[in-house]
Amino acid sequence: MRAALVAEYRKLVTTRMWWVLLIALAAYLAFIGGVMGFSLTVAPQPEDGTAMLEGAELAAAVYSLVNAVGYVFPLVIGSLAMTMEFRHQTITQSLLVEPRRSVFLGAKLLVTVPLGLLYGLVATVAVVGVAGPLLEVAGDGAFLTDGRVLQVILLGVVVSALWAVIGVAFGSVLTNQVAAIVVILAFTQFVEPIARLGLGAFDATEGVARFLPGAAADGLMGASFFAAFGGGESDLLPRWAALLVLLAYAGGLALVGRLTTLRRDIG
Amino acid sequence: MVSGPPLVVEGLAKSFGAVRAVDDLTFAVRPGAVTGFLGPNGAGKTTTLRMLLGLTRPTSGRALVGDRPYAEHPRPARVVGAALDASSFHPGRSGLGHLEVYAAQVGVSRQRAHDLIELVGLAGAADRRVGGYSMGMRQRLGLATALLGDPPAVVLDEPANGLDPEGIVWLRRLLRTFADEGRTVLISSHVLAEVQHTVDDVVIIAAGRLVHASSLAALADLAEPETYVESPDPEALARLAADRGWTARPEGAGLLVSAVAGAEIGAAAYANGIELHQLAGRGVGLEDVFLRLTGGAR
Ligand SMILES: Nc1ncnc2c1ncn2[C@@H]1O[C@H](COP(=O)(O)OP(=O)(O)O)[C@@H](O)[C@H]1O
Ligand SMILES: [Mg+2]
Repeated sequence: MRAALVAEYRKLVTTRMWWVLLIALAAYLAFIGGVMGFSLTVAPQPEDGTAMLEGAELAAAVYSLVNAVGYVFPLVIGSLAMTMEFRHQTITQSLLVEPRRSVFLGAKLLVTVPLGLLYGLVATVAVVGVAGPLLEVAGDGAFLTDGRVLQVILLGVVVSALWAVIGVAFGSVLTNQVAAIVVILAFTQFVEPIARLGLGAFDATEGVARFLPGAAADGLMGASFFAAFGGGESDLLPRWAALLVLLAYAGGLALVGRLTTLRRDIG
Repeated sequence: MVSGPPLVVEGLAKSFGAVRAVDDLTFAVRPGAVTGFLGPNGAGKTTTLRMLLGLTRPTSGRALVGDRPYAEHPRPARVVGAALDASSFHPGRSGLGHLEVYAAQVGVSRQRAHDLIELVGLAGAADRRVGGYSMGMRQRLGLATALLGDPPAVVLDEPANGLDPEGIVWLRRLLRTFADEGRTVLISSHVLAEVQHTVDDVVIIAAGRLVHASSLAALADLAEPETYVESPDPEALARLAADRGWTARPEGAGLLVSAVAGAEIGAAAYANGIELHQLAGRGVGLEDVFLRLTGGAR
């Protein structure tokens, strides 16, 4: 397994994709952090009192953009780690040197954890680095010493790693690279936000929305930008349950990938 | 000396839907020799090799490397070095980077990756991205990947594709060295001429079935000698051929006679007072034998 991990690590770092996406992530989140930090502090607030959050709550919600906006990046890099193998047919060579397909899949899942942590770290630095000073200067404060806010920030990094793992697992189910990216973008940018709104609108289904992957990730962080400003459901899963839900997504998808894609003939 | 494992294919079959790609195939590949695995395009060579290497599951039958299937060896890449597809590289990775990725799992050092990239003549392109490699360079990189683990058996699918003539000579020498060291060497090709000077044994398949397995020499015995004969009096020569019942067809200014030795033709012409200007053996038509063997199964 150690050898498989080293190989998977080298696969990640010997192409440019990981740092290209990382730079895009940093730039994008710094921009979003700036826009949100600005519009929630400096820009005039609506008169009808819709400023729903303030103080530490507001800071935590802004910092949770790492998940609300940033999760697509670790998800994509994770899925690429798997779909690249099929796109360029390197899966053949990979399974020649490691015919135990569960070991192959396991190594890929594990090795994206540190990469996902790195993505989370960079995303957090980008958001907090830009939005923090804005909140401090023009708002109620950055609250970077507040225990609850720090938890949100730290768990945002953890959440990012989970997204990367879920990405690998998803790539093992949908191995067509273009299709995988399209589905990820469509799901994260349209389907889930709409589903969260829609499900959250009715009492009967309100509880269900919390189990959507993005909502579960918000639950793990303990703050939701989406819930705070987008309307929809406001109660999140407790942290332990949210963690279990996310692990279930990763494990479930990986299991499906193992039983379909990785049981088939290669080539 | 290395003691290479024999490769054994027993009753192997693979269906893709209605297509019977490999059909009840049985043969063995011995160590210490270069074996050519031959057949026209679509004959089932790649499918057979993929089953041998545990990438494709047989519909029935089995394939063994030594005493067990490939995938059941603890470090399979150290037993069989295989190169299947010249295009199986990430285009954004450097040649050296590619080797280093797989070196880890083969269980060899990065230094070994360096050594191999030199061995296959890619030292100058080691840090260039594979996307810019030519077909021949990819073949060489694939070969280097196969050799990472210094394997006692080597399996190469169409390794001569895209290699320049110089590269083919180089490959031939390398494979010869491997066989002489006692390794098992199996290479596939759809052109007999490409490997004719490289292989000791041949396994020929067509439409998924075995049509011939022997030494190259035994294959040559199946070839009928042809003799080219030319006379200033072609009509007399044609009459002679008809009288004697020779199988002959016109070629150029003369006749091409099958399965009759040059001496016999010369003697017959002399006895009939026919002047000859050329009488030349055409060697053995191995390619014809190959075509005859593989065409018949269609
Ligand atoms: N994955 C596949 N799905 C369907 N048919 C296949 C597949 N792989 C090979 N075939 C078919 O099996 C036959 C043998 O192919 P192949 O083993 O690639 O032949 P060769 O390598 O001798 O050219 C061909 O008819 C080919 O179309
Ligand atoms: Mg082939």
